Amino acid sequence: MSADPRQDALTLVTLKGVGVHRSGRWIVRGVDLVLRKGEVVTLIGPNGSGKSTTAKVATGVLRPDEGSVQRTAGLTLGYVPQRLAIDRTLPLTVARLMTLTGQRPASDIDDALDSAGVAHLRTAEVQTLSGGEFQRVLLARALARKPDLLVLDEPLQGVDFQGETQLYDLIRGVRDRTGCGVLLISHDLHVVMAGTDTVICLNGHVCCSGTPEAVASSPEYLDLFGARAARSLAIYRHHHDHTHLPDGRVRHADGSITDHCHADDGHHTPPSTEGRHDHDHGHDHAHDDGHSRHATGGNG
Amino acid sequence: MLDDFFTRALVAGIGIALMAGPLGCLIVWRRMAYFGDTMAHSALLGVALAFLLEIDLTLGVFAVAALVAIVLVLLQRRDALSTDSLLGILSHSTLALGLVAIAFMTWVRVDLMGLLFGDILAVSKADLVLVYAGGAAVLAVIAWLWRPLLAATVSPELAEAEGLRPERSRIAFMLLMAAVVAIAMKIVGVLLITALLIVPAATARRFAATPEIMAVLASAIGGASVVAGLLGSFRFDTPSGPSIVVAALAIFLIALVPRPGRAAAR
Repeated sequence: MSADPRQDALTLVTLKGVGVHRSGRWIVRGVDLVLRKGEVVTLIGPNGSGKSTTAKVATGVLRPDEGSVQRTAGLTLGYVPQRLAIDRTLPLTVARLMTLTGQRPASDIDDALDSAGVAHLRTAEVQTLSGGEFQRVLLARALARKPDLLVLDEPLQGVDFQGETQLYDLIRGVRDRTGCGVLLISHDLHVVMAGTDTVICLNGHVCCSGTPEAVASSPEYLDLFGARAARSLAIYRHHHDHTHLPDGRVRHADGSITDHCHADDGHHTPPSTEGRHDHDHGHDHAHDDGHSRHATGGNG
Repeated sequence: MLDDFFTRALVAGIGIALMAGPLGCLIVWRRMAYFGDTMAHSALLGVALAFLLEIDLTLGVFAVAALVAIVLVLLQRRDALSTDSLLGILSHSTLALGLVAIAFMTWVRVDLMGLLFGDILAVSKADLVLVYAGGAAVLAVIAWLWRPLLAATVSPELAEAEGLRPERSRIAFMLLMAAVVAIAMKIVGVLLITALLIVPAATARRFAATPEIMAVLASAIGGASVVAGLLGSFRFDTPSGPSIVVAALAIFLIALVPRPGRAAAR
């Protein structure tokens, strides 16, 4: 589809016709994928569709059984895993976690913690962090490596809706600021981060790919996800009437700061039919279940 | 000085505690205590094999412990039984097989109690060389592989994606455990080796701010347990293994007492 095979200075990784064969069957086959500097590629697909396998081929952990992989020499990779379970007996502070896979200059670590908004957690033990804080710390750890390519494997598991949008904003900010390439495996079939340049929908093969809008309206996508696809592919592109500050306080649209966030405290815009979030996008949208995710390119 | 059996046992025991510290921490962090126990229990089968094939005792124990680790990893991949059950089966069946095999070999005289619970009288000068040469090798490998070992403990996927080859350090980790079992068997006894690995590490947790400090502290606490345990063993004529473990437990319990001026432990 739109996977552009052109090789240029911005290309980080190119997969051509990649297939991985394990215990008598093809996990994925015929995957074309180009990762470039400053571009966000999101992989979506059902469980077992080969998302992680494809990512592992791209990062060089797995060798493909067919097809070719070209990787820029000396590529630095930053990896953000799914939520981890770290045993409580391991005394691991955020600061120590930052150098887990390699030494980094102190200034890089400070910058990374700052940009992820978790500088105040430096001396905290990782087991005491909340889900959202921990994901930010993991992102900071990857950023401190100054990666050319940031790989995020379902980074939002265990993070609530509020935390999701914040993390997506953060990831997009990193891409804009550092110009690194981003490969994101999405945990949700129907939600893709705003700013995604290419969505690749996998189901053992590339079932469709292209811009989020193009994928959402492609017949392959609708076929694969059946009835639920009526809800179509949603894209995060909305702003909030309040911001959660790293120290737990809340800054409201009217500029005031409070310790807590209550819908009826007078700082919020009146609830719309969408619930607590204001959305801002120029497409038609359809709802099939009353939830607040918006569809673009759907048939609403 | 080393002509005295008690001094020999003391020097050997401290050497074992030094290498047990960092390895014990890794076992605790990776929740592999029962895995270590299973390898230790298989040591008796190694002893029987060594007598049968007339090879070096330590080599036989190391080979069987490593083999049990490999079998376990292969069985885990098949997913037929839970790891818990697999460990239970392997742990006790290798111990039973070892006991039966030794009972069959009527031509060898084996001090079974010494093997099971440790014997401070049994440490020769050759054993001292083994403990310190082997211990130095074990510590050198742990130091060399520390970063990948620790990264893989936190997340194998993360270590793998960032190029640290966790599978290699996992195999090295199991071989290290087999080596410690083989080296520590004479002093601590096969039934209690895991305790010497785990109890000092658990004690060290409360006082450690980083993984590295915890590893060093675990060695120190293990050394103290060995000294106290062997003194007790000598004084009260008790087997050395249990005496060391009782000393380690006592230190663990003392460390649990809340210290004034600090918040209660989590």
